[in-house]
Amino acid sequence: MIRKIGILIGLFFTIGALWSFFIGTKSYITDPPAPLVAQVFHKTPQHLSLPSDGPFGKFDNQQLQRGFQVYNEVCKACHALQHVAFRDLEQIGYNKAEVKAIAAEYQIPHYDPNTGEVTTEPGKPTDHFPPVAYAGTGHPPDLSLITKAREGGASYVHALLTGFQDPPAAMKQQFPDSVGLPGLYFNPYFASLNIAMPPPLTAEGQVTYADGTKATVNQMATDVSAFLVWTAEPTLEQRRQVGWPVLGFLLFLTVLSYLAYRNVWADKKKH
Amino acid sequence: MSFPWAKHYEPSHPLMKWMDEKLPLPRLVYNAIGGGYPVPRNLNYMWNFGVLAGFCLVLQIVTGVIMAMHYTPNTAEAFNSTEHIMRDVNWGWMLRYAHANGASAFFVVVYLHIFRGFYFGSYKAPREMIWLLGVVLFLLMMATAFMGYVLPWGQMSFWGAQVITNLFSAIPIIGEPIREWLVGGFSPDNAALNRFFSLHYLLPFVIAGVVILHIWALHIPGSSNPTGVEVKKESDTVPFHPYYTAKDGFGLGVFLLIYCLFVFFLPNALGHPDNYIPADRLATPAEITPEWYFWPFYAMLRSFTSDFFFIPAKLMGVMAMFTSILVWFFLPWLDTSPVRSGRYRPAFKKFFWVLVIDVVVLGYCGGMPAEQPYLMIAQIATAYYFLHFLVVLPLVGWMETPKPLPFSITEAVLGSDDEARLEATS
Repeated sequence: MIRKIGILIGLFFTIGALWSFFIGTKSYITDPPAPLVAQVFHKTPQHLSLPSDGPFGKFDNQQLQRGFQVYNEVCKACHALQHVAFRDLEQIGYNKAEVKAIAAEYQIPHYDPNTGEVTTEPGKPTDHFPPVAYAGTGHPPDLSLITKAREGGASYVHALLTGFQDPPAAMKQQFPDSVGLPGLYFNPYFASLNIAMPPPLTAEGQVTYADGTKATVNQMATDVSAFLVWTAEPTLEQRRQVGWPVLGFLLFLTVLSYLAYRNVWADKKKH
Repeated sequence: MSFPWAKHYEPSHPLMKWMDEKLPLPRLVYNAIGGGYPVPRNLNYMWNFGVLAGFCLVLQIVTGVIMAMHYTPNTAEAFNSTEHIMRDVNWGWMLRYAHANGASAFFVVVYLHIFRGFYFGSYKAPREMIWLLGVVLFLLMMATAFMGYVLPWGQMSFWGAQVITNLFSAIPIIGEPIREWLVGGFSPDNAALNRFFSLHYLLPFVIAGVVILHIWALHIPGSSNPTGVEVKKESDTVPFHPYYTAKDGFGLGVFLLIYCLFVFFLPNALGHPDNYIPADRLATPAEITPEWYFWPFYAMLRSFTSDFFFIPAKLMGVMAMFTSILVWFFLPWLDTSPVRSGRYRPAFKKFFWVLVIDVVVLGYCGGMPAEQPYLMIAQIATAYYFLHFLVVLPLVGWMETPKPLPFSITEAVLGSDDEARLEATS
């Protein structure tokens, strides 16, 4: 009885699925969907090599400090970094006095529940980077996790920052509605190709690096991308540092347990 | 099963004798997984996955309970508290990555365990109850994993919750009121998050209880084995300890190596970047996809794109997704073959591997956007899936010619069995 009902149920879903297949394929063949502008003109980012890449990678604190300088002087106007606390900057090589000074540059909002007022105070090392009041077009995302929150990670961020350009002529021809949108800038690495952020890194020397490195657009983009890898995962080095001994120990343990297994089974197996 | 030749627990130390009189827990352990529990001697590595699943459950509970000490189940703070765990809680990053990758590891192990059951006929009499409890366990696991993924309150958490809770509104007439009642509002918000946290904490302990029933039900007939021939005598078995404690220990080592490789070096490889974006109900992601272990079912859900007679496509998809797991409950009665193990069933074997490929194809399509050609492929694969369980399996059992079975496990392992020769000559 179960089998008979089962066969009927099976045929019901099988035919239902094949019916959807038939209808769907017919409409795909007779009326194929037009290609979307993003499918044609979107580019995947080129891989960005950073010192933190790979299982043996380590952060370069000098680079991270340069990257923080770029954030501090260019990006913080619109982008928050709320998951990072000022004291975390000690991990990338700043000393306590420097961290105190950096924190004091920021105004941190404090809400007084008795009066309902929001006052601002200069930051202390224990504070997190404050939220950013932004009134323009679009929603500048918080950058703390951006390299983990985007396909392509740091490579995507770098490609985006250096990818602002004129739209290709072919795009103006095929998709005239996607070109020249007011308030938006063409960037082939952005998912919808038009981003509300104006090119943030425009000129060499926009930032004067404290360590004297030449601040080309590519250098600034690379450094800030590396910095954002750190903000997304400050414990990255520790994770790998713990990982190697763990894997080593487990390998040793597994080999021993294999030998123990063979020993235990010796009398029961023919070999 | 206590086979007649099973060793008996005989404590010699006075403390152990006292314990045995007052609370015979050591006796229970000895009889369940110790020297007092005979197991077929020919189990292969596909039999390791049950104990690995149990290990994953313990791992998830330990990492989860500790994280729950630091997590806040409120929409305003959930995402921030998860980042707090990653950055500020001592070893929090390890707990989080262990738990997230532990869920994936749990599903890998359980899928291998289930497919072992499919191939070797573990679901057949007298082991139907173990199988039924197992399907219940799988459903509980899916619910737990789904709710757990919602907790960080990232984009995928929220939108995944939105999609899956919306499925309830597919039920005609009463669907929408049920959905609003379950979700605690018109769409997933603080009420849903809070109750998901409560249930996510509860269900693993329900799973633990059902695991105990699952193992108890197993210990009545004892384990099956790759030949599918039941245990007949002492030479067919070995005591669980030390033979299978040693083998399971080795299996655990291999499992931990692969698992820790992911936790420490590839922690986000199996996740979706969008879940590192805080949930925004005003911004729908380009693609809404669940974690990889739900992809085959997601593909089946999305396959039904056209209404079928009077049944709306959405309802077809929902019914298909649930039925795809419910059919497993009926497997002991759908499969008509008197032969247990796929090893001796040549036609069944071929269909089994087609099923494996089918499920992998469905999985791949489930992770892709809901566009052609993935839709076409998923529709064919869905059609085959139901055909396999509900039409092919009953028919194959009736129609195939199985290979001759070995007389006993002893014969299968040692090449000959004295009793078999006696049987042949008598």
